Amino acid sequence: MVQVNLTRHLFAFFPQLEGLTLEVEAIDVAGVVRALEARAPGIGFYLCDERGRLRPHVNIFIGNSLIRDRRNLSDPVSAGDKVSILQALSGG
Amino acid sequence: MSGNTVWVATRKGTFKIEKSGGRWRAALVGHVGTNVNYVARDPNTNRVWALLGHGHWGAKLSISDDDGATWRDNPAQIKYPEGARYIGQDMFEDQASDFGLGWKTTVRNATLLKLWIIAFGPDGAIWVGTIPGGLFESRDGGASFELNRPLWNHESRGGDLFNGEGTGETQWFGTPASEGGEFAPGIHSIAIDPRNPGRLLIAISTAGVLETSDGGRTWRSRNKGMTMDHNPDSEAEWGHDPHFIELCRDAPDHVWQQNHAGVFYSDNGAQSWRKVSAPSDGVHFGFPVTVDAHNGKVAWLVPGRSDAQRMALDGGLFVARTDDGGASWKQQRKGLPQQNAYDVVYRHALDNRDDAVAFGSTTGNLYLSEDRGESWDVVSHNLPPIYSVRFG
Repeated sequence: MVQVNLTRHLFAFFPQLEGLTLEVEAIDVAGVVRALEARAPGIGFYLCDERGRLRPHVNIFIGNSLIRDRRNLSDPVSAGDKVSILQALSGG
Repeated sequence: MSGNTVWVATRKGTFKIEKSGGRWRAALVGHVGTNVNYVARDPNTNRVWALLGHGHWGAKLSISDDDGATWRDNPAQIKYPEGARYIGQDMFEDQASDFGLGWKTTVRNATLLKLWIIAFGPDGAIWVGTIPGGLFESRDGGASFELNRPLWNHESRGGDLFNGEGTGETQWFGTPASEGGEFAPGIHSIAIDPRNPGRLLIAISTAGVLETSDGGRTWRSRNKGMTMDHNPDSEAEWGHDPHFIELCRDAPDHVWQQNHAGVFYSDNGAQSWRKVSAPSDGVHFGFPVTVDAHNGKVAWLVPGRSDAQRMALDGGLFVARTDDGGASWKQQRKGLPQQNAYDVVYRHALDNRDDAVAFGSTTGNLYLSEDRGESWDVVSHNLPPIYSVRFG
């Protein structure tokens, strides 16, 4: 299982996820997003655009490392990984 | 009573303005902290729709079925379909150019950059205008939306890029109004003919006005008589920058347009336009226009100084009303600030209903008149920057 940490900002739109220990089965980051979408319909379009690309001001980390593939989210994840989905600081 | 409610979209949320105890009062009712481009009620269903632009999370349709008390994302969101492409213009560093910069066209994959306008027809018809220039339509009250492909594939835009490379040329240019600042065309006006809901006028920055009379299957330009001062060919078919168009509900052949290059009026359903700017009365540049529902010769504007100085004229704010199809204009100043006013009123931030007229500015001021603009009251001085004002 992969543990997922979401920015608190997202709980405003998906309150059903707040306070949960989020664990999903996935082999890559795209699979993590699909698993989140299954639990909270609509969240995938918050994180990615309609072509599946990560939105410009959203960052996903595996452990402490930013993912490399923002276009297809193909970075692999393994059991025990911690995936963090955060909003980028884009100034201000 | 629809005339007793005003929906206000702002940089920081959705406000509902209602009259109670003899005063108009503003209340923040949703989308706190979120950029809201447009809010309006569907008069057929009473559902209120808000067009959101989350800075991080993209553009979203939000709905309320209880007068704004609670909101939720519409289950169907606007998404460009796979294969939707358009010709865009990019500036690039060009060492061969005397100026060091050049423009080149590139074919871009389309994704939703902004939800800008929503319009409601009968029988579950809903139309949504977006950046980068896609018009989306619903025939089931918003349960699903589809890109209008005849407009997307229009010859003025370079033809069908779903199934080929098209002509390689576009007559649609851009607006920087998308949330990310990407330069791309935007549909900001949708006017449905009440006599024939299959007939629509839309306006695009920057391309011009288009009309369909068959429910969106075919589209034609409606820019005859429009002029521009940013093109050597001032009467070219394309390249116009309408800022907003609106037609008269009870006399739909009367159509008004505040354009970058002046004020235009048509009394023949946009088959031809006539410039009715009156610079000596301060009437020329601006963004919004609103038309009386009964008399197509009556319209209101909130002029600005010019495209180079987007501000009130000489620090004094006024609304301009014509009662005679633009032959003459009356400046309506009573109750509006006449010193140190720098209000800019965006294209969707002026509306009228019965004898009431309301507008809001980027400096967070909301003004309302109950006597057709003869005198004005301040509803609030301290709202966030205002993007739309709609009775309903």
